[in-house]
Amino acid sequence: MDLIYLDNNATTKVAPEVLEVMLPYFKEEYANPSSIYEFAKNANHTVRDSRGVIKDFLNAANEKEILFTSCGSESANTAIRGVLNMNKNKRHIITTKVEHPCVLNLYQTLEKEGYKVDYIGVNSNGELDLAQLEESINYDTALVSIMYANNETGVIYPIEKISEIIKSKNKETKFFVDAVQAAGKIPIDVQALGVDLLGISGHKFHAPKGIGVLYLNSKTLITPLIIGGHQERGKRAGTENVPYIAGIAKAAELAADGMKYELTEVKRLRDKLEAGIIKNIFNSRINTSISNRVPNTTNIGFEYIEGELILLHLSDLGICASSGSACTSGSLEPSHVLRAMNVPFTAIHGSIRWSLSRYTKESEIDYVLKVLPGIIDKITALSPYQDELANLKRLRG
Amino acid sequence: MWDYSEKVMDHYRNPRNVGKIDNADAIGEAGSLTCGDSLKIYLKIKDGIVTDAKFQTFGCGSAVASSSILTEMIIGKSVEEVKKITNKDIADQLGGLPPEKMHCSVMGYEALEDALKNFDDLTDLDDLRNEKPAEKIVCTCFNVTENLIWDAIKQNGLRTVEEVTNYTKAGGACGKCKGLIQDIIDTYYKKEESHKEESSLSPAQKILKINKIIESQISPELQKDGGDITLVDIDGNKVLVKLRGKCSGCKNSHLTLKAFVESTLRETVDKNIDVIEVA
Repeated sequence: MDLIYLDNNATTKVAPEVLEVMLPYFKEEYANPSSIYEFAKNANHTVRDSRGVIKDFLNAANEKEILFTSCGSESANTAIRGVLNMNKNKRHIITTKVEHPCVLNLYQTLEKEGYKVDYIGVNSNGELDLAQLEESINYDTALVSIMYANNETGVIYPIEKISEIIKSKNKETKFFVDAVQAAGKIPIDVQALGVDLLGISGHKFHAPKGIGVLYLNSKTLITPLIIGGHQERGKRAGTENVPYIAGIAKAAELAADGMKYELTEVKRLRDKLEAGIIKNIFNSRINTSISNRVPNTTNIGFEYIEGELILLHLSDLGICASSGSACTSGSLEPSHVLRAMNVPFTAIHGSIRWSLSRYTKESEIDYVLKVLPGIIDKITALSPYQDELANLKRLRG
Repeated sequence: MWDYSEKVMDHYRNPRNVGKIDNADAIGEAGSLTCGDSLKIYLKIKDGIVTDAKFQTFGCGSAVASSSILTEMIIGKSVEEVKKITNKDIADQLGGLPPEKMHCSVMGYEALEDALKNFDDLTDLDDLRNEKPAEKIVCTCFNVTENLIWDAIKQNGLRTVEEVTNYTKAGGACGKCKGLIQDIIDTYYKKEESHKEESSLSPAQKILKINKIIESQISPELQKDGGDITLVDIDGNKVLVKLRGKCSGCKNSHLTLKAFVESTLRETVDKNIDVIEVA
C-alpha cells in the first residue's frame, strides 16, 4: 500500500536535496562555528551563507535581522516575550481567536501575568474583523500578533494592510507575524509587509523538525529567551545547529524556486480535490472557499458524521489527513478556528483538513476522489441523523 | 494516534448490528450532535429476553466500537442480566480503551440505561438510583448529569476530576464545573466510607465481638487488680458495663473505664464506641 500524504500543514517530508546538504555537517564538518581554527571555517561560513539565503527568502534588509531558533514555537515565544520585556510600561496585546495554540497558550499565560489581551474574531469565511482590530489599538498596546496564514483553513490574512492600521494608530506598537503556514506556500516579503517580527519553521517546508527562524527588523529590540553565549548576536544563546541551518537554507532555496509550481500546480490539485469532493458527496461543504488562501490547503466538513472515523478509514487505505474534530486530538472540544468561524455543529465535528505539497501527485488526488465517497457512505449509514441526511440529499440533489 | 486494540479496530471497521429496528420495544439515546457524539440503541424484548439490538452512532472509532460490541453483548441476554452491564464491561470487552476515550463506553452504558428506563415493565430501575443525588446538569457544555458522573465514579473507581473528564467529558470544555465534579467525588467517597464502617459488622456480630474482647482482653487485666467487668447492654455504639470487685467504687474507675476499657474497644471494634458505667 502506497502512502498518500495530505497532511503537509502538520509536517512535511525532508526534501532529499535538503538531507544531502545536511549530512556532511554530521560526518566531516562537525566543527563549532565559533572556534578559531581553520577546521571551523566551513561551518562558520555555512551559518553565514545560510543566513544570507534566509534574508533573501524573506526579503529582509540585512542578515543581522535573521535569528536561527529551534522551531516555530521558540520563534514566537522569543518575539512575544522579547518585545514585552523591552516595553514593560505597556500592558496591552492584540491577537486573534484563530491563532495557533503555540501562540494562544502563551497569551493565556501572559493574561495570568497581568497583561490585557484582546482576541480579534473572524467571519464565517475565516476573514479577520479589521474594524475591531483598529478599534482595539490604543496608547498602551505593546504588541499586535497575527498569523500570516491559518493552519486549519489556509486563509491568508492581509498583513500589509494590518501593518498600516497599526502604524496609523500607534507607532510604538510592534507587530509580530506567525508565518509558519505561509513559508514555502506564498512569497514572503517582510519589507513590503511592514512587519517588525516574523517567525517561520523549517519542517513545514521540507526542512527537518528542530529548526526555525525569527526575523526582527533593526528597529525592534528584544530580550533573549535563551540566555548564555553570544551566538545570534546575543539574542539566542546556544551553539549554532549547523546541519539544520544548512538544511533550512536549502529548503528555502527550493521553496523559492518552486513557488510558481506551488501557486499553479499545487493549487490546481487542491482545487481538483475540493471540487471533486463537493460534486460527489452530498453531505460535504467547504468550510471556507475564499480565493485568498494558501494554495495547498482546504478544509471540508462532512455533515452528520464524525471526523476521527473518516481519518481512521482513510488511514486504512494509506491516506493521511487531519481533523479539527475533538475526538482526534484528545481534547473534548472541536477546533477553535472552526468554532470562531461559526461552522455549523452539523459539520464541525466532521471537518477534515487536506494539505498538499509539491510532492503530491495527481494520481494520488484521483485515488482519494475514488475511495472517499465509499468511506463517507459507509460512515453516513451509521449516523442516527438519517432523516436530516435525507433532507440534505433532497435539497442538494 | 490512538492506541486502539485489535478488537476496537475490528468493530469500527466492521460494525455489527447497524441500523434501526422498526417497532422496537425500547429505544435509548445518549449524547448529542453538538457535543460531538451521540448514540441511539434499539431493542427488541420478548419474555424478558433481548432478542435483537441495533444501533446508530455519530462518533469516533471507539464510540462506534463501543456501540457495536454492546449490541453483541446484550442479544440473547435477559433484561435482568443486561441491567447489570456497566461501561467498564463494555471497555473490557473491547480489550480496553485509551483513558481519554472511556467516555465512549459510558455513552453506550447511558443509551442502554435510557432504553431500559423507557421499557414499560422496568420501573424498579429507580431503586438502583435511590442512593444518588437528584438529577442535575453539572457540565453545561456537554450536558452531563450528576447521576452519570456518580455512576462513572462508582463503576470505575474514579478518584480525580481528570479521570471523570475522560470518562464522561464533564469539565472538558470551559472547565467551570471542575469544582462541582470534585465535590461529587468527595461526597461519593465520604458516603462510601461511612457505608463501609456501618456495614462492616452486623449488630449481632458487633455484640459478639465486644463481648469477646471484654472476656479475653479486658476482664483478665482488671482481675489482676482484684476487680472485674460485666457487659450489661449494647445500644448502637453505646456499651453499657458494670464494674465489680475492687473496681466498683474505686475513685479511679472513671479513668479505667475511659483510658482502658473504652480505648481498647475503640481500637478493636469501632472508633465511635462510648463506654458508659451503669450501677
